[in-house]
Amino acid sequence: MAKEIYWEDVEAGNEVTPLPKIPTTQMLVKWAGASGDFNPAHYEDAFANSQGLERAYVHGQLKRAWLCQLMTDWIGKQGMLKTLSCQFRAVDWPRRMKTMEEPQEGDTWWCKGTVTKKYIEGDEHFVDCDIWVENAKGEKTTPGKATVVLPFKGLS
Amino acid sequence: MAAIEELKKFIDKTDEPYIMEVEKGAIKRYAEAIGDPNPIYHDEEYARTSKHGTIISPPGFFGWPVKSRPHLSGVRKELLEAIMKAGYKRLLDGGSEFDFLLPVRAGDTLAASGRIADVYEREGKAGKLMFAVTETTYINQNGDRVANVRSTLVCS
Repeated sequence: MAKEIYWEDVEAGNEVTPLPKIPTTQMLVKWAGASGDFNPAHYEDAFANSQGLERAYVHGQLKRAWLCQLMTDWIGKQGMLKTLSCQFRAVDWPRRMKTMEEPQEGDTWWCKGTVTKKYIEGDEHFVDCDIWVENAKGEKTTPGKATVVLPFKGLS
Repeated sequence: MAAIEELKKFIDKTDEPYIMEVEKGAIKRYAEAIGDPNPIYHDEEYARTSKHGTIISPPGFFGWPVKSRPHLSGVRKELLEAIMKAGYKRLLDGGSEFDFLLPVRAGDTLAASGRIADVYEREGKAGKLMFAVTETTYINQNGDRVANVRSTLVCS
């Protein structure tokens, strides 16, 4: 995790520290178990086919969970994630497994964000961000927005 | 399609609250599935020294169908069955919006109340799409609202 950031340190246009992710078929099974989403379209290629998709694809809610991690990693221990929204615009395909532990060679996805606005409301110090999951072609498959509260150093 | 009128009848239908305990083990498995190594989700020693004093859940611990119920039931299930019956073949998670109001601690008991917020049709690039929006409110054992989640199901 990154070091603590303060509201004063952040300006519109700043980058949120990017977070790399490699979805694998194994990860999707783990996610199915942990989340309770047992839609077979995420682990059975034939079923995904019947839904008009090429093969089993990454759960939208897993990508949403990554975006939550993007923000909680960035804001550190003192920050608070207040709102997060995202849209699942395009599907992403997991890497297949090479061994019990290792995925095959392939793409890496990046969770990214930029600061759009900072402001004070009441006694809380807010920062708004555009966030997204980006595939290896640089396409934003999962765009969204997040609002956080950051700690404030105050006048000294 | 006349079917949309049938589906619109679900708007504003609500569920009986579903009660669930936020278990330490479930938090740990959830964080592992995402690939989030933050110790606040699994290390009790570390968590004791944090501002929360205990293990908390990742902010994205909510969603539909994730966690609101172990299996789909109530109005969501009825709506889903009606959607299938109406002939929609392809169902995709269109996205979610989360408000995080208070941290969720391991051992908390949450009551999740679901509501069908909206059902509507819109013309998309590939023809007519139907959107079903559900809302879930989570309240903890102290009667405090901890999160609101809005999820959109896209059907064609």
